[in-house]
Amino acid sequence: MARIIVVTSGKGGVGKTTSSAAIGLGLALKGHKVVLIDFDIGLRNLDLIMGCERRVVYDFVNVINGEATLNQALIKDKRVSSLSILPASQTRDKDALNKENVGKVLEELGKTYDYIICDSPAGIEAGAMMALYYADEAIVTTNPEVSSVRDSDRILGMLASRSRRAEQGLEPIKEHLLLTRYSPKRVEEGEMLSVEDVKDILSIPLLGVIPESQAVLKASNAGEPVILDTESDAGKAYQDVVDRLLGDTVEFRFLTAEKKGIFSRMFGG
Amino acid sequence: MALLDYFLRKKEKQVTTASKAKERLQIIVAHERNNRNKQPDYLPQLTEDILVVLRKYIHVSDESFSINLDNKDGDLNVLELNIELHDEPTSTD
Repeated sequence: MARIIVVTSGKGGVGKTTSSAAIGLGLALKGHKVVLIDFDIGLRNLDLIMGCERRVVYDFVNVINGEATLNQALIKDKRVSSLSILPASQTRDKDALNKENVGKVLEELGKTYDYIICDSPAGIEAGAMMALYYADEAIVTTNPEVSSVRDSDRILGMLASRSRRAEQGLEPIKEHLLLTRYSPKRVEEGEMLSVEDVKDILSIPLLGVIPESQAVLKASNAGEPVILDTESDAGKAYQDVVDRLLGDTVEFRFLTAEKKGIFSRMFGG
Repeated sequence: MALLDYFLRKKEKQVTTASKAKERLQIIVAHERNNRNKQPDYLPQLTEDILVVLRKYIHVSDESFSINLDNKDGDLNVLELNIELHDEPTSTD
């Protein structure tokens, strides 16, 4: 049985696609068969973050409408052969997806892949509901900032009431908190919610903390998921996330600011 | 100046913006969660009334009775009654 994982958040711009790309690639690098699905119909971007935007021929909606087969639409990653990407369409309307046809595609993919990662669009509209409906697990991507935390809580409510698992009275979706754009320095200065604060409010288990990092923009510029930047703090933090998803216990890193020397503290800088 | 700031900062234990954020979030999130699971005010009374009527005719224990008001897709409310009937015959006359 494939594990269906939705990467969701409610709020836009918090790092869903960056996280989907990094985690998907990381799982594939560990030898698992992974497919990444972009559910953001009309605003696809996963292809760009994965660096395969010029290889998109058919998309998710083409498959749904029977205009292409799954194999025609899936793009094999050039770096890792066990990873595929199913791009969203750029033009069709959001109503193309429904529970029945999405369910069929996921079932078909589940025969081949170990992990199905659903990159959710922002918001709580139909597209986001479709992305989370069939999920077994959810990675709730959150920035340490008031509007993001509040929206994450709304999404947690949706996971608990509007998913297939909720409707059929099955075991609930396993929720994971992924805190992104974390700045330990600002937390220490009392300007940013801490990991503990966000955990207290949302009360779901912590999967990872990704520090605010210049590496993320560089990675998206190049179309190389940041997990490939193994020297960077964000790349390492995503690697930890992948290891935790696979069941390892990994200590959390990058939670404290680099200590300033006493000299610079006294004289500023 | 940095030296002065360093000592001043230690003294004044002012409320940080992060703690304000946390406090505000805890209140709003609790409020919203409450609304999410909110049942209408009349539900407890309705439950009791239905049970009274049912018990005029059949034996219904509290465990074999459940009532649920569900909101499907935002625009459809479903009132769901679940009554388990036991084998024991109950005379009604």
